[in-house]
Amino acid sequence: MNIIEIKDLVKIYDSAEIKVTAVDHIDLTFEKGEFSAVVGPSGSGKTTFLNLLGGLDRPTAGTVIIDGTDLWSLKPRQIIDFRLHNIGFVFQSYNLLPVLTALENVEFIMHLQGRPKAERTKRAVELLQAVGLGDRLHSRPGKLSGGQQQRVAVARALASKPKFILADEPTANLDSHATENLLNIMEKLNREEQITFIFSTHDARVVKKARRVITLEDGKVLSDERR
Amino acid sequence: MNISVIAWRNIWRNKRRTLITAASIFFGVIFAAVMSSMQEGSYGKMIDNVVKFYSGYLQIQQEDYWENKTINNTFELTDSLLQEVHRIPEFTGIAPRLESFSLASSESLTKGGMVIGIDPEAENRITRPEKWIIRGRYLHPGDSGVLMGNELADYLRLDVGDTLVLLGMGYHGINAAGKYPVTGIFKYPLPQFNKQFIYMDLPLAQDLFSAPHRITSLVLMVKDHYYMPAAKKALKAFIRSSYRLMDWKEMQPELVQMIESDRTGGKIMKAILYIIIGFGILGTVIMMFSERKRELAVMVSVGMQKTLLSGILFMETLYIGVLGVAMGIGASIPINTWFYHHPIHVTGEAAKAFTDMGLEPVYAFSLMPSIYYNQAITVFALILVIAIYPMVKTMRLNIPEALRT
Repeated sequence: MNIIEIKDLVKIYDSAEIKVTAVDHIDLTFEKGEFSAVVGPSGSGKTTFLNLLGGLDRPTAGTVIIDGTDLWSLKPRQIIDFRLHNIGFVFQSYNLLPVLTALENVEFIMHLQGRPKAERTKRAVELLQAVGLGDRLHSRPGKLSGGQQQRVAVARALASKPKFILADEPTANLDSHATENLLNIMEKLNREEQITFIFSTHDARVVKKARRVITLEDGKVLSDERR
Repeated sequence: MNISVIAWRNIWRNKRRTLITAASIFFGVIFAAVMSSMQEGSYGKMIDNVVKFYSGYLQIQQEDYWENKTINNTFELTDSLLQEVHRIPEFTGIAPRLESFSLASSESLTKGGMVIGIDPEAENRITRPEKWIIRGRYLHPGDSGVLMGNELADYLRLDVGDTLVLLGMGYHGINAAGKYPVTGIFKYPLPQFNKQFIYMDLPLAQDLFSAPHRITSLVLMVKDHYYMPAAKKALKAFIRSSYRLMDWKEMQPELVQMIESDRTGGKIMKAILYIIIGFGILGTVIMMFSERKRELAVMVSVGMQKTLLSGILFMETLYIGVLGVAMGIGASIPINTWFYHHPIHVTGEAAKAFTDMGLEPVYAFSLMPSIYYNQAITVFALILVIAIYPMVKTMRLNIPEALRT
């Protein structure tokens, strides 16, 4: 069952000096439970592709349909709201709120969703335990290692019960041990709870774990390999 | 996780910057509050000088007296008028006066003086001349003597027990002349009173000026100026067209103008001060926004509406403002309270400048609540204006671009 349908997606950055086609007529679909990696050299359009998919950047042309909703037909406020309830994000630099503890960072998304306090605390604790941080619930990001912060970011992305998670180079700032640990957690969540992950990555270790690898070059899909 | 908690924690991410910004507000508020207290206190003192030493808050006069202050423009004090006035509860004191200029002489010296016929008891409840007696005693009803200012007495080389000769013009041109023993010498804080004023019992003055039962003014006192409008309104309801009702502002337009122009000067100074502080806060807000662009973009990415994010940024600015205002007001209250109870007495040339204007040489302070809440309102208004910057920037935040920073 397709949860994402991308049709003829185009993104052109048209500045005064230069016109760059970052995403060039991409047609793709993603099914529920995929564990996919979008790979390609720097400037191939990976991050732009993920931004368009996540409703962070507006395409020049084409459509992104998520679970039957044409994302870019929504108004800006509706897109933000759509993201809150349907899309989880994991960023390269973790990007946790530094003034909140690990528990509060995970809870925060559910707070935005308007879920009751008891429910969000219970789920946040469960998620942090699931990513191996049950003993660091009350630590602020500054007191956590990079790997631990990224695991909190994964727990945060999962907290909203999204339809899929977009992870932009999630292992780029992690050492090999932390990378292995994070990938195992995400793979487990994908396998056991059917959570869909779409990564953009350079990292061979991530590519190795992925069950689908989409290669981009100059904004076009060069290959789409399923394993 | 309440957004107000996030905002509160955010301002402490850079403690030094927050404290410096709050300190700039703190010093601004202290300066403005102490300055306002001194201004308002001094204005109050000026008004007191005029109202409590002489004019009262309201006066009933004959309709032409104010334009032409002669003994001919007097009116008869009737029982019905007094009864009507006594019915108004706002009045705390009612005193009739008959005033006229006269030549005051001793053996070989003469000087112009203001002869004021008073009801000694009623007058003492309003302007309290007894308080300022330095030699001799105060007047009793039916007294045949006079009280005179110390400077006038010194000039005429008179003292208690000596005889003062008065020569002037009485009602309808009749000569007014008489000899009066000096019963007491007074010294007001206002030198022009001491140079000119001669008090005597009202019937004695009416006899001197051949104006039986006539007065130039009925001086009326209320507890303070808040009660004046109601009292004035009540008086207007029954006052006849042959009378004229005047409040202290109408009787002292120069003082009102001086206070207003001084107040405007103070407002300009405070405005400049707050503009400088405002730029300081704006600088902090710009820094807070630009160094957190990426973080703000992440918050929008994960599903926070930009309006809510603007709310957090507004609250951060508000918290810094509240912190500065609270500290500033907290520190200025004891300062103003101290000076309220211990006003600054001006000496030397500065004191002379005060007395030349007919004012007590004192910098008094006020504890009016508006002194404090005006500062809070000003800083809040400043913050509302400054908060436009991060709010607009947040609404225009380009998420992909900010995520790359």
